[in-house]
Amino acid sequence: MSKIENENIEVELLLETIFQKYGYDFRYYSRASIKRRIKHRLALTKLNTISEMLGQVLYDVKFFETLLLDFSVNVTEMFRDPFFFKILRKEVIPVLRTYPFLKIWHAGCATGEEVYSLAIILKEEGLYDKTQIYATDFNEVILHKAKQGIIPLDQIKQYTLNYQKAGGKESFANYYTAKYDSALIDQSLKKGIVFSDHNLATDGVFGEMNLILCRNVMIYFQKELQNRAIGLFKDSMCNLGFLCLGTKESLMFSEYENDFEPVVKKAKIFRRIK
Amino acid sequence: MEKLDYEVIVIGVSTGGMKALGEIIPELPLDFPSPIAIVQHLHPCSDDFLVTDLNERSKLTVKQADEKEKLKQGFVYFAPSNYHLLIENDKTFSLSVNDLVNFARPAIDVLFETAAEAFKEKTLGIVLTGANHDGSQGAKKIKEYGGLVIVQDPESAEADIMPRAAIEAAKVDFVLDLDKIVDFLLKKI
Repeated sequence: MSKIENENIEVELLLETIFQKYGYDFRYYSRASIKRRIKHRLALTKLNTISEMLGQVLYDVKFFETLLLDFSVNVTEMFRDPFFFKILRKEVIPVLRTYPFLKIWHAGCATGEEVYSLAIILKEEGLYDKTQIYATDFNEVILHKAKQGIIPLDQIKQYTLNYQKAGGKESFANYYTAKYDSALIDQSLKKGIVFSDHNLATDGVFGEMNLILCRNVMIYFQKELQNRAIGLFKDSMCNLGFLCLGTKESLMFSEYENDFEPVVKKAKIFRRIK
Repeated sequence: MEKLDYEVIVIGVSTGGMKALGEIIPELPLDFPSPIAIVQHLHPCSDDFLVTDLNERSKLTVKQADEKEKLKQGFVYFAPSNYHLLIENDKTFSLSVNDLVNFARPAIDVLFETAAEAFKEKTLGIVLTGANHDGSQGAKKIKEYGGLVIVQDPESAEADIMPRAAIEAAKVDFVLDLDKIVDFLLKKI
């Protein structure tokens, strides 16, 4: 079984190299997934081993950037898990309504589909104009895509369905303009969103938020890094601020479990109580 | 029960899966030695009916796998719909929402390949009925790392494409009907 052991050593060294050379820290990401992505990239090159990739990563920035894209999870959709957005509208929005000004952080926004979904809900609920949304991701290429707000036309049918299931109040067609094979998101949805570079593994506290969304990001983290991220969220929100996680994520067993209470368990919506 | 030589059993199944699994899982005793992890292709929005139904009919505890959950004896774990299910080297599960593999999420190949890496020769993979090619690369990986692969006999499978693809891709150890797969797991053959 020396092949597996060798590969595990190589993965370790590759992640250490990336951290030292470029500052991106993937050392505490779940290994199985990251190893799959490394091997997938390896199979697309002419290189034979991960060790050979290591040299490439050190000396070829372009190659590193490709690998960085491989490491970014950019699978997302508008109103993913419609029931979550429906519950957000029903349970969280009425509380947010009571604040004079709102700050929302969407951590790990990838190509932005969920941020725009959130913006639509805020608009329909009349909260958009008093809200500042911060959408962050560690990958600038992806952030750039998010800023553009272009979605493939073949997704529209699914998104429309999601929007309706999520309790949308208008016609989804009001929120995009179709052109050729893409749809451009309603530009007025952008004005309250600041897209910026932030890495949950290495960067710090972000500001006093009323609501933080970070869905399906922490499933890629090992326990220590999960704790770091949750601590960051806790310190970045006002007392009684809301935290929304992915449907298969939880605060159970984290250091901060008792600092939050569930608002709607099934939707993974929590509130900071300490 | 006498100990099987395998520390994990991974099962991949697609079309006709509910029925096939219903003939295997309820037959296993409470002290069945190996944890079982299953990828069943389902519609992304499907609820957990299959899991609750199978749990009611089985002696083993059938549940959806949670991220970071440790694999334990007495449990049968299903990949949650719309997530890939992976096994880490420390014998815990992780989940991902990465791209579809073989047009599927969860994908059988992802579970099989990561199981083979974590458990090496202690991995038993089972490919059941299905109408696509998912699982064949994973079966190959299990064999490469010294594990054992059983495939449902395509002749008796509700959909034969997936078993045939696995047999073509990997040097599988046994091709068996469902009742014989149960006998194998119960060490009757």
